[in-house]
Amino acid sequence: MEKIKTLEELENFRDSFVKKRDPNKARIAICGGTACRAHAWEELIRAFEAEIEKQELKEKVDISITGCHGFCERGPLVVIHPQRVFYQQVKESDVAEIISETVLNNRIVERLLYIDPVKGEKAIYEDEVDFYKKQQRLIFGNNGKIDPTDITDYIAIGGYISLGKVLTSISPEQVIEEIIKSGLRGRGGGGFSTGRKWLYCRQAEGDIKYVICNADEGDPGAYMDRSLLEGNPHSVLEGMIIGAYAIGAREGYVYVRNEYPLAVKHIKIAIKQAENHGFLGDDILGSGFSFSVKINRGGGAFVCGESTALMTSLEGRVGEPRAKHIHTVESGLWEKPTNLNNVETWANVPLIIAKGADWYAKIGTKSSKGTKIFSLVGKINNTGLVEVPMGITLREIIYDIGGGIPGGKKFKAVQTGGPSGGCVPESMLDLPVDFEELTRVGSMMGSGGMIVVDEDTCMVDVARYFLSFLQDESCGKCTSCREGIKRMLEILTRITQGKGEKGDIELLEELSEVIKDTSLCALGQTAPNPVLTTIRYFRDEYEAHIKDKKCPAKVCRELITYAIDEEKCTGCMRCLKECPQQAIVGERKKPHQILQEKCIKCGICYESCRFDAVKVE
Amino acid sequence: MSPQILEKVDNIIDKYNKDSSVLIGMLQDIQQECKYLPKEALLHLKNKLRVPLPQIYAVATFYKAFSLRPRGKHFIQVCLGTACHVRGAPKILEEIERKLSIKSGETTEDLNFTLETVNCLGACALGPLMVVDGKYFGKMTPGKAGKILKRYRNK
Repeated sequence: MEKIKTLEELENFRDSFVKKRDPNKARIAICGGTACRAHAWEELIRAFEAEIEKQELKEKVDISITGCHGFCERGPLVVIHPQRVFYQQVKESDVAEIISETVLNNRIVERLLYIDPVKGEKAIYEDEVDFYKKQQRLIFGNNGKIDPTDITDYIAIGGYISLGKVLTSISPEQVIEEIIKSGLRGRGGGGFSTGRKWLYCRQAEGDIKYVICNADEGDPGAYMDRSLLEGNPHSVLEGMIIGAYAIGAREGYVYVRNEYPLAVKHIKIAIKQAENHGFLGDDILGSGFSFSVKINRGGGAFVCGESTALMTSLEGRVGEPRAKHIHTVESGLWEKPTNLNNVETWANVPLIIAKGADWYAKIGTKSSKGTKIFSLVGKINNTGLVEVPMGITLREIIYDIGGGIPGGKKFKAVQTGGPSGGCVPESMLDLPVDFEELTRVGSMMGSGGMIVVDEDTCMVDVARYFLSFLQDESCGKCTSCREGIKRMLEILTRITQGKGEKGDIELLEELSEVIKDTSLCALGQTAPNPVLTTIRYFRDEYEAHIKDKKCPAKVCRELITYAIDEEKCTGCMRCLKECPQQAIVGERKKPHQILQEKCIKCGICYESCRFDAVKVE
Repeated sequence: MSPQILEKVDNIIDKYNKDSSVLIGMLQDIQQECKYLPKEALLHLKNKLRVPLPQIYAVATFYKAFSLRPRGKHFIQVCLGTACHVRGAPKILEEIERKLSIKSGETTEDLNFTLETVNCLGACALGPLMVVDGKYFGKMTPGKAGKILKRYRNK
């Protein structure tokens, strides 16, 4: 591949292969996201290839493995183009029928269609599915259109044109002005104005500057950055190159979690391809601007998502944060001015350049512009990644897009912002989602995790869960964070064991204040949030544990017992055989009994009973 | 320590042009080759890179990805992300701990299994999730987990 040297050459290059592509040619687009890959996916791909070979359709039908479509609950997903028929939970055994019916004869295979769990209606096309209807997939939508390992797919949908535009006709200062005007704020958690950050970094003294893409997505239950890097890595790279040009950096790093092997692979391929095409390297598109990008894999430490810790980790050291009285835009990586943004922020940049800041600023609320990708998970019907305009309400996200709570259970809360965030109760479901509103109710936007919990979830246990996570992940530098979280966890653990005492709630609140005030980095400063919000909105649950020694959600092991309902028990002996402790006794066709002194409350009998005869009390 | 492994360590160091700032990357590669970080490999790294051993040791013990002890033939990860947690992941972990008679972070005496937890694998639709040797098993129940272990026991 000869390097592309001008914007015109890029446009000609794009036209040369776009013209050759027949938009009416049959194409089978198979979602290649991590969740879809977990369901006998390789067998599915092989089956499609074999069937096409067998029916001699190689000339007529293309197969493309695309980025994540977001609707992970229903994987593997397959979309048949040009009709755009949407099939879900596709198996190897469905392949021959899809090809002979839909691809060749334009007939629908009814059983593979998505059925709305609430309305019971079938959807034929992707945009008919409620999950997608209310979304505005500006950043994430391209995932389904392209093969992330093929740069020409990205160029075909207008990729790298923004970069060409910037390098040939816009000055670095103008780029920064445009980003400031768009109102884009960092998607990694802080919510700082991206354009201003760039401006400060540009103004900082020094010849050597760095840009970093933070792909160390450590929030448990959040995976939008992974899916973007896996599904559309070039959009992230293009954003970084534009940013580097605006700031005046010649080197960049992608710091990516090693737990995301597919993302690492795809960004590696993307960098190589961008180099080969002349979008990275010396004299990019003949502009005289040079920039290169390296990949660093993280070591699995949550704290390394914090910018200063990430930078020390990049330097090959232990990832401990430092005080930020000197900002990283002035002295960051190797004490040089460094601009760090997260994956989703970078991916917004080419779009803003392409469509203009004014267009972008029209989306969203007064203070939060554009769209945000959320990872909607937990006790929700439609688990997946959703991209919505800022300002949409939690109710719309959870009920209209997410399809509500499974199994007819009652919604209890939604946890946003990861371990730094908080739990928002049902009374606040009409809250418009933006940076300020979430902070106002004691939670935060964070990187976009949204974990829905129902009546079967114990909020004290959720708070304990986050503290136990943070206790493991605290780097140990500040005493208040290292010791304080540990003490809070001890108290919470006691409460969940039924050993809570009067005054525990107040003590938790007091410790929270100290940890917030005296920790250096955001990990410590926000660590008490999950505890404080659950106390604020679910104080009655704490009190039930402490005073009544009861867990209302029936989760905390020491406060529950398993028992068998004699009326419902058929005496099938199934639980008796499954019980690892031999704690269940009884004869065939006679109601069984649980011996409480032997029972370890593992829940296996509850799970294995087919007659709902095992009760939790 | 076999000379082959030292040679592998040399190759890894050369791959990164002896650049000590890529220490974490080098340790990751060694971990991948040997399934853990052998003491001899770390000493060798110290001599070649001229980085103080305490610094290497600090990095090797700070990051969760590294292990200073040999890992078992099969590597089990139980996801304890928030979505998996609220869907019952702790019960899956307990069942595996009980079946293998080890705790999370430990290796069975016969070196067949190493059990670890992971904060989130970003496959929340599959939760609760366990991964054996890189293969994902979704929508787990304690019963299912036991059956999967059985399958790997004699493998």
